[in-house]
Amino acid sequence: MIANQISIFAENKPGRLSKVTSLLAAEKINIRAITISSSDEFGVINMLVDDPEKARRALAAGGLTVNLKPVVAVVIPDRPGGLDLLIRVLSDQGINIENAYGFVLESWEKAVFVVEVEQVEKTLEILEKNKFKTLDAEALAAIEPFHYMKY
Amino acid sequence: MYWDQSTETMERSALEALQLERLKKTVDAAAQSEFYRDRFASINCDPADISSLDDIRRIPFTTKDDLRESWPYGCVAVPKDRLVRLHSSSGTTGRATVIFHTAHDLDAWTDILARAMYMTGMRESDVFQNMMTYGLFTGGLGFHYAAERIGALTIPVGAGNSKRQIQFMKDFGTTVMHIIPSYALHLTEVFEEVGVDPRKDTSLRIAFLGAEPHSEKTRQKIQEYYGVDAFNSYGLSEMNGPGVAFECPERQGMHIWEDSFFVEIIDPDTLEPVREGDEGELVLTTLRREGMPILRYRTKDLTRFVPGSCGCGRTHRRISRITGRTDDMLILKGVNIFPIQIEKKLMEIPGVGNNFLIILEREGYNDLMIVRVEVLREFFSGNLKQLEQLRRTITEELRSDILITPRVELVEPNTLPKTEGKAVRVIDNRKD
Repeated sequence: MIANQISIFAENKPGRLSKVTSLLAAEKINIRAITISSSDEFGVINMLVDDPEKARRALAAGGLTVNLKPVVAVVIPDRPGGLDLLIRVLSDQGINIENAYGFVLESWEKAVFVVEVEQVEKTLEILEKNKFKTLDAEALAAIEPFHYMKY
Repeated sequence: MYWDQSTETMERSALEALQLERLKKTVDAAAQSEFYRDRFASINCDPADISSLDDIRRIPFTTKDDLRESWPYGCVAVPKDRLVRLHSSSGTTGRATVIFHTAHDLDAWTDILARAMYMTGMRESDVFQNMMTYGLFTGGLGFHYAAERIGALTIPVGAGNSKRQIQFMKDFGTTVMHIIPSYALHLTEVFEEVGVDPRKDTSLRIAFLGAEPHSEKTRQKIQEYYGVDAFNSYGLSEMNGPGVAFECPERQGMHIWEDSFFVEIIDPDTLEPVREGDEGELVLTTLRREGMPILRYRTKDLTRFVPGSCGCGRTHRRISRITGRTDDMLILKGVNIFPIQIEKKLMEIPGVGNNFLIILEREGYNDLMIVRVEVLREFFSGNLKQLEQLRRTITEELRSDILITPRVELVEPNTLPKTEGKAVRVIDNRKD
């Protein structure tokens, strides 16, 4: 499955992130994961949210420069060596990771590793063949309540 | 103290008679070029109509666009065999204008520039370090040949390579340097770095500052730091290059060589002459050039005549420091840059949005051009690498066009300031 990551072009100055978060808060959009990579005076904010299309509309209406991009969100075991299992498979198959970040779904149970790759379809095939589960935005949204219930 | 006493101190009436004689010759010569032949025909002007200096006002102005449109040989007034050199205006590839010289023209140019350098006190015993770019730019070869004509040992070191510049100054006992003022300021940092004190460790005594306008305060700084007398000069490639006007030791304005140029100062709006002493646009006519005579050239530089006679005894009038431009041309590190060039180049690059802003800053002693560019909304794919690539492309494209490496900053669409819909293109924060 493919998840849609939302990317925002933002100048590296105070107030830009707050503009993003306030727009999303007003639309009651939940942020699953967020990472920021920056060059000297500009950067890109990458996010997984529960409703990417709604988030895109809200941010664009707020004047921001936004792009939706397919990424692969892979479920991996949350234990030592968990990420290594996945990376070994991808590297054996010659998949290059352009950008990646991860977050825990259930402590000591499941984590999600989000990867941006050029060959999305091929990556999905490889993952399926190797019994890795991938998530889309809806799936991510659906899982999380259980995560809260545990505590 | 004079290189050419009879010319430099010529009575005004004799000078004006000489000007009229040379003006007639120049207009006749110009009529041999395709450009002026057509222009004279279109306004029914006959070179024989020029019988007084005031008659020059019957001739239309020549602009930079005229020269550009006559590319490549439209303004040449002699058979091509007689041309021996071409030079071009600094900085630009797309908007360059080219000037051609015969051997006689180069000789006359060298003569007035040698006259100017001699006027400041330079002699054959001097060692002259020419720290200007050689090549199409007139500041290199122009000064080079004039210094040789004086008989000074001439070091054609060219621009850049700061440590070597300092090494040469020390080892060869350089006494006179020709330097861009912003570079002279920058070089002070390199002197500190290598632990050389120009006042103690070199024999420098004269600095020619050229190729970009500078303030009196900048001159003071350079004089103090280097222990030199610094002389301001004025020139433009269309009028040969350096040597059009130069300061004498009195340094109360620059003597403009009126045996070689006919000088007018006009109101850029009405195109009428301003009152003597008022500021206006400098308009120049070559009086000693045969290869490519130019009549009533609008320099776009603002200045005024300095009233009164000069204590040095020279009768050629003086103009003040250039106080500005009638267009939006910028001068950075001695390179002429038009914002329109930058705009044209930017708009050819995919991913560039609608608006941009040029900011000129002085960081320490370095002048810096920052170009802020809005990214096209549709271009953004969420990839930081793609943005960095765009920035590199813009930097490289601009560098190849304006010959200066700008600091490019990418900004979000619709974030740059606008005034009444018209974009603000340039902010100059350079201060002394």
